[in-house]
Amino acid sequence: MDSNQAKQHNLLGSEAASERTLYPYVTGSSVVAIKYKDGILMAADMGGSYGSTLRYKSVERVKPIGKHSILGASGEISDFQEILRSLDELILYDNMWDDGNSLGPKEVHSYLTRMMYNRRNKFNPLWNSLILGGVKNGQKYLGMVSMIGVNFEDNHVATGFGNHLARPILRDEWHENLSFEDGVKLLEKCMRVLLYRDRSAVNKLQIAKITEEGVTISQPYALKTFWGFAAFENPTVGAEGSW
Amino acid sequence: MSSLAVDIPPKGGFSFDLCRRNDMLAKKGVQPPSFLKTGTTIVGLIFQDGVILGADTRATEGPIVADKNCEKIHYMAPNIYCCGAGTAADTEAVTDMVSSQLQLHRYHTGRESRVVTALTLLKKHLFNYQGHVQAALVLGGVDVTGPHLHTIYPHGSTDTLPFATMGSGSLAAMAMFESKYKEGLTREEGVNLVVEAICSGIFNDLGSGSNVDVCVITKGHKEYLRNHLSPNPRTFVNPKGFSFPKKTEVLLTKITPLKEKVEVIEGGDAMEE
Repeated sequence: MDSNQAKQHNLLGSEAASERTLYPYVTGSSVVAIKYKDGILMAADMGGSYGSTLRYKSVERVKPIGKHSILGASGEISDFQEILRSLDELILYDNMWDDGNSLGPKEVHSYLTRMMYNRRNKFNPLWNSLILGGVKNGQKYLGMVSMIGVNFEDNHVATGFGNHLARPILRDEWHENLSFEDGVKLLEKCMRVLLYRDRSAVNKLQIAKITEEGVTISQPYALKTFWGFAAFENPTVGAEGSW
Repeated sequence: MSSLAVDIPPKGGFSFDLCRRNDMLAKKGVQPPSFLKTGTTIVGLIFQDGVILGADTRATEGPIVADKNCEKIHYMAPNIYCCGAGTAADTEAVTDMVSSQLQLHRYHTGRESRVVTALTLLKKHLFNYQGHVQAALVLGGVDVTGPHLHTIYPHGSTDTLPFATMGSGSLAAMAMFESKYKEGLTREEGVNLVVEAICSGIFNDLGSGSNVDVCVITKGHKEYLRNHLSPNPRTFVNPKGFSFPKKTEVLLTKITPLKEKVEVIEGGDAMEE
């Protein structure tokens, strides 16, 4: 019914250009990713919020793209599904050439940047922050694209709240040639802080790993949290009216 | 009855009389003056013997750093200190005011001040002004009832916590605290964790910077470590120093000694009424 109203009230003259994304509806929370010794590790929780309601609790926000990349997204879930469809077509056409070459993470990142920036120029953005990571011919690549087309490449990236809560930890503790166990521990540390301090986070996450051999996306699992501080029990025993 | 009415005492709370005038001026394009804000990272945590407070030292006026080395940890009482974030004038004024009120209260009761007293005085004042006094505070101290740490928000609500952060760099500092805090920290560990959290704010938040101030409060003893860590020294300093080439020419020197006009009477009476 919304699109009908838009068509009737459109001020642009042509019907095709009157629909545009104004605000996101079903959104995913942050994604955090790091480069490690053998490739890339990416973590995202499985929550899809509808405003302030936690509507969907099994949304997979990290997907493999082709043979060499994984894509994680935060923001509007429907736009993420649209992006996956476009990338699927891209990979398909690439495979149809059957020339022994395949699209690597750099190429897919470039394609995504162009797509996001072009949509933003038409004032009809895809409301996502994307993280693309991958390994090709031994070269690790980790990049990010935002909904307005800002893109960059770094050793550790995060979207949304992850930028404020996870990146300080990563800037302090990331180093070259992390082992797989250390990388997972570091990501879990970041996801735990996000779980404590981001209201749209869910305690159900997946960690994806991509190396030269291929992609592995873990089964969903939950993090252990600690709430047993002495000061949390009876906090206002001295100060009535506080909490 | 006569028209001379009895003086009605003014109603408490914020007087909104000038808000309409301000609205009218804003519509005409008159910008309100910008405040000096302390875009800030302030933290506090409770360790086994007491409380440790930490703060950065940058005060910003919009995009400009106005003061590279300001003091954000304010004195409230010998055993209570308060870190302030938000508008610098507001945090200064409100902590000074409550500090004097606590001093008077100490004279009146003859006892050491309690942290909850400072907390109640601050939250009463801030709630009264409905959030217009933009001061976000981390209040910590040790009194007879033990160590206490509270956060106070500009609208007057308070929290009682084992570890707390406020200011624009609060998320970066909280990321450090949430991943590394545990109960029963020693003094060394506590100070290290506070320094890590403030450094996280300094290096990851643009509103915080320069040096780290730390204040350790234990039972009967306090240590104010001003510029405990300076991780942002000036990198290029001219070894020659400053020299001003053109000196002022001295034309004439004339010295007139001042005569003593006041006669001091030794052993005089004390001031009479």
